[in-house]
Amino acid sequence: MSKYVIIGNSTAGIAAAEAIRKTDKKGSLTIISEEKGAAYGRPLISYYLQGVTTDETLPYRPADFYEKLNITLKDGVKAEKIDPSGKKVYLSDGESVSYDKLLVATGSVPFVPPANGLDEVREKFTFYTIEDARKLKAALKPDTRLLIIGAGLIGLKCMEGAYEITHDITVIDLADRVLSSVLDEDCAKIVSKKIDEKGVRLVLNDKVKEFHENYCVTDGGVKVEFDVLVTAVGVKPNVSLVADAGGKINRGIVTDLKQRTSLPDVYAAGDCTVSHDASSGADKIMAVLPNAYLQGETAGFNMSGDDREICNLVPLNSIGFFGVHVLSAGSTQGAMLEQKGEDFIKRFFVKDNRLTGFILIGNYDRAGILLSLIRERVPLDTVDFKAMTLLPELAFFPKTVRREKLDR
Amino acid sequence: MKKVHVNEDKCLGCRLCEYWCAFSHSGEKYMPDAFNLQKPPVPRIVVEENDKITFAVACRHCDDAICVKSCISGALSKQADGTVLVDESKCVGCHTCVLVCPFGAIRMDEGKAVKKCDLCLKTGGVPSCVQHCPNRAIVYEER
Amino acid sequence: MAINYLQPDYEVVRNNDRCIRCRVCERQCANEVHFFDEKRNQMLADETKCVNCHRCVTLCPTRALKIVKTDHCFKPSANYTESIIKDIYAQADTGGVLLSSMGTPKEYPVYWDKMLINASQVTNPSIDPLREPMETRTYLGKKCEDVSYDKTGKLMIRHYPGLQLETPIMFSAMSYGSISKNAHECLARAAEELGIYYNTGEGGLNEDFYKYGKNTIVQVASGRFGVHERYLNAGAAIEIKIGQGAKPGIGGHLPGAKIGADVAKTRMIPEGSDAISPAPHHDIYSIEDLRQLVFSLKEATDYKKPVIVKIAAVHNIAAIASGIARSGADIIAIDGFRGGTGAAPTRIRDNVGIPIELALASVDERLREEGIRSNVSVVAGGSVRSSADVVKAIALGADAVYIATPALLALGCHLCRSCHTGKCNWGIATQKPELYKRLNPEIGYKRLVNLVTAWTHEIKEMMGGMGINSIEALRGNRLMLRGIGLTQKELDILGIKHAGE
Repeated sequence: MSKYVIIGNSTAGIAAAEAIRKTDKKGSLTIISEEKGAAYGRPLISYYLQGVTTDETLPYRPADFYEKLNITLKDGVKAEKIDPSGKKVYLSDGESVSYDKLLVATGSVPFVPPANGLDEVREKFTFYTIEDARKLKAALKPDTRLLIIGAGLIGLKCMEGAYEITHDITVIDLADRVLSSVLDEDCAKIVSKKIDEKGVRLVLNDKVKEFHENYCVTDGGVKVEFDVLVTAVGVKPNVSLVADAGGKINRGIVTDLKQRTSLPDVYAAGDCTVSHDASSGADKIMAVLPNAYLQGETAGFNMSGDDREICNLVPLNSIGFFGVHVLSAGSTQGAMLEQKGEDFIKRFFVKDNRLTGFILIGNYDRAGILLSLIRERVPLDTVDFKAMTLLPELAFFPKTVRREKLDR
Repeated sequence: MKKVHVNEDKCLGCRLCEYWCAFSHSGEKYMPDAFNLQKPPVPRIVVEENDKITFAVACRHCDDAICVKSCISGALSKQADGTVLVDESKCVGCHTCVLVCPFGAIRMDEGKAVKKCDLCLKTGGVPSCVQHCPNRAIVYEER
Repeated sequence: MAINYLQPDYEVVRNNDRCIRCRVCERQCANEVHFFDEKRNQMLADETKCVNCHRCVTLCPTRALKIVKTDHCFKPSANYTESIIKDIYAQADTGGVLLSSMGTPKEYPVYWDKMLINASQVTNPSIDPLREPMETRTYLGKKCEDVSYDKTGKLMIRHYPGLQLETPIMFSAMSYGSISKNAHECLARAAEELGIYYNTGEGGLNEDFYKYGKNTIVQVASGRFGVHERYLNAGAAIEIKIGQGAKPGIGGHLPGAKIGADVAKTRMIPEGSDAISPAPHHDIYSIEDLRQLVFSLKEATDYKKPVIVKIAAVHNIAAIASGIARSGADIIAIDGFRGGTGAAPTRIRDNVGIPIELALASVDERLREEGIRSNVSVVAGGSVRSSADVVKAIALGADAVYIATPALLALGCHLCRSCHTGKCNWGIATQKPELYKRLNPEIGYKRLVNLVTAWTHEIKEMMGGMGINSIEALRGNRLMLRGIGLTQKELDILGIKHAGE
């Protein structure tokens, strides 16, 4: 009977557990989680702050999930060390767990850059776990002045969530635009316009020079007074377990297409890994939930003896701020095509007769059809791509292809 | 499993399926009330139309459903009977499923949970779109 | 702009409380009656284009629509009626011959409705068709009359080529071109399932339908469209079309607009060219000429197929039929003047020919008198509307009937009589792909099967009531009919007594 151990009780870990149980119903399955409690979709923390998600709707899986899949959940315990030769994981409570197959799905850790005077700030938070969200929610009052450092995905989602409680929010970012990792300048403008309309102050192209207990001053000389500070500058892959055990790291944990690390019988999946972007051909850290699931699932299948390889991973994001939704996928390589209207913008990137990426704001009905063009590397001259840039439809595929797609 | 299949050679593009779908999920008893007394409900089936063909598309209830895997909240799930359903209380409206569904079969509903075909399992029997297709272009069958 | 004298015949009545602006009416109307007005957020209608085909009414999910006859009126006149005035306006506008479709709407007597059927009481028992066998199988063709024996004393029966029908009903000729391919598929599949026949009309036989050959009657008309050796041999019988009840004495004209690639191929004419069927067959000017064609066709098909000669019911029908019975033809089909058409000049349709009931009775009578009734079978068509009409036709002497309008109604036709426009919203009388796909053969053929099955049940019920258990025993059994409200002359022609006699 195989012993499966999964470190990490989030998307990749759960995906692996589900895959393992599809092929092996008998083996023992242990999930080790530093966080307490059942798994939840990590992006939900901003919705929790906002009040859209409650304690009842937070869990990622039904209440009987662990029982039904016969999973031993060791929560509130940190995995401190992997011993690949002894096939053991050492835990923070002094115990150890031995494994036949191990999955490292440790995700990311928030990155808090050093800053002058940061120690003086009393009410400061990161925004990464549900515990962070709970604490922040408790700290926020309708008249709280909130300062968020970072106008990336986490910072802005935190802003949106907090906006339900307080409108007095300032967001500072080093980049010249919001969501700089996802959006180009024009698209970013649409989002910042909406943020401006809501009365949230954006301080861009600037960074905090020094913090004081209730205010900070930026390089650009802006003084921002605040009661609560959230640092959301970014996250970095949580690779230490594998790194310390001598596994190969390239910013993230390096795996093959079966999600195997360089350590024997140790797999890795999710945000802690570096993965292959099918749209650009580059190896990068994608850190998005759907990909974490796919990787975790692939790892799980391989751990339990069902041979699978991961493919067609592309970066993708669907995020909304104050009702403006931004859907993006792939990369921005190649020539750009644009469709623009009063309340929407669509940008497409085309290279070598293939769609490499897109950004859709305000008009994204049936966007998945476009994503399938990237994922399946569909030659654009076999479909009516021009029409798809206006409204993606299966009608623009050849009849035989469409039949094959729909007839299952 | 039994699914909603559309024969594009028979589809007339009348869009009755869209309207019956929207109505049957509206909770209203009288069809005009579903559309005239409120913002029209969102159909879970969509008719595609260009100058040559028309056909309706609804969720394929994929065996290997990418929407379920991509759902950030766990609102989308594959049921034991094979149907892919959305738990509207859990959906936060992030629209990741809209981004990943290769059929474009998941629809947005402004500020609310996403809408997708549930095979009318709650109302029982044959899906409303199938019942009301005037040309039997939409069928509910095993393939 | 000249004044338009013609006002719409109908009004589109929309209940705006019910209308959900789904625009199904707009999408389904090929005449472009309905449209959406954004300013009002309402559907509106251009009634001048409405033909009252009920497509929108039928598909409206909230039943928000009805079409009513306008009460806008002319000063009443029993002489210059509204329709006469409107026809004059239309002709003054265009200078053209008026065209119409389907059977005449004029108030001519319908003799079916002036005949009543008998039933058994006490002195002879009626038969329950659910308990006892009831034969509706019918054979068409020349019948062996002589009784002769061979040297050993065995009865010798000569068999002639014929048709076997499971019920005495056939689908009459409607060409591919006048109706859609899907409509033809419905007819062919229904005929196959019912064990009866459908008729190609003069449009040839589409390659896809050769497989239904054993239930197909292939027609040879004056235009000879689509006629070739394989075609003649494909069907179970060959029909020479001399005339059609709705338009006796004139030919046909299928406009080039309806001759798409597939119709053109089937008819063997260039795409887009008008298909004109001459008024007469230019090789038939006498019964002798007809005989030549009959035998040419028999020769071409190795004397294996019966030949039908179809004629319109006209004044000298009995004499003409007598000639046909002597021409070598196996079956005579008579088409009454109330029969339908895909397009006919209005004046011809409404004024030329005679009713099928009278024509049938006089033909049957004449052939009997001349002792040649067994030479041929007689098929009556041209407004056979129900199973009762079928029973009455057989009692008057028909071997079987042809139906077309009821078949089209079964397929969804609403008798808007606009076939000639080619924009049939029900997908029947059109060649436009987006329209004919509206007729799903899967649905249509079953509706035809249902219709004929229902009629057959009813025929059995009526026969059982009369104490008759086979079509054979009903045929020409005019004692089973009584006239009601008819003159002595009409009764004499029909060969029946008045009710109460």
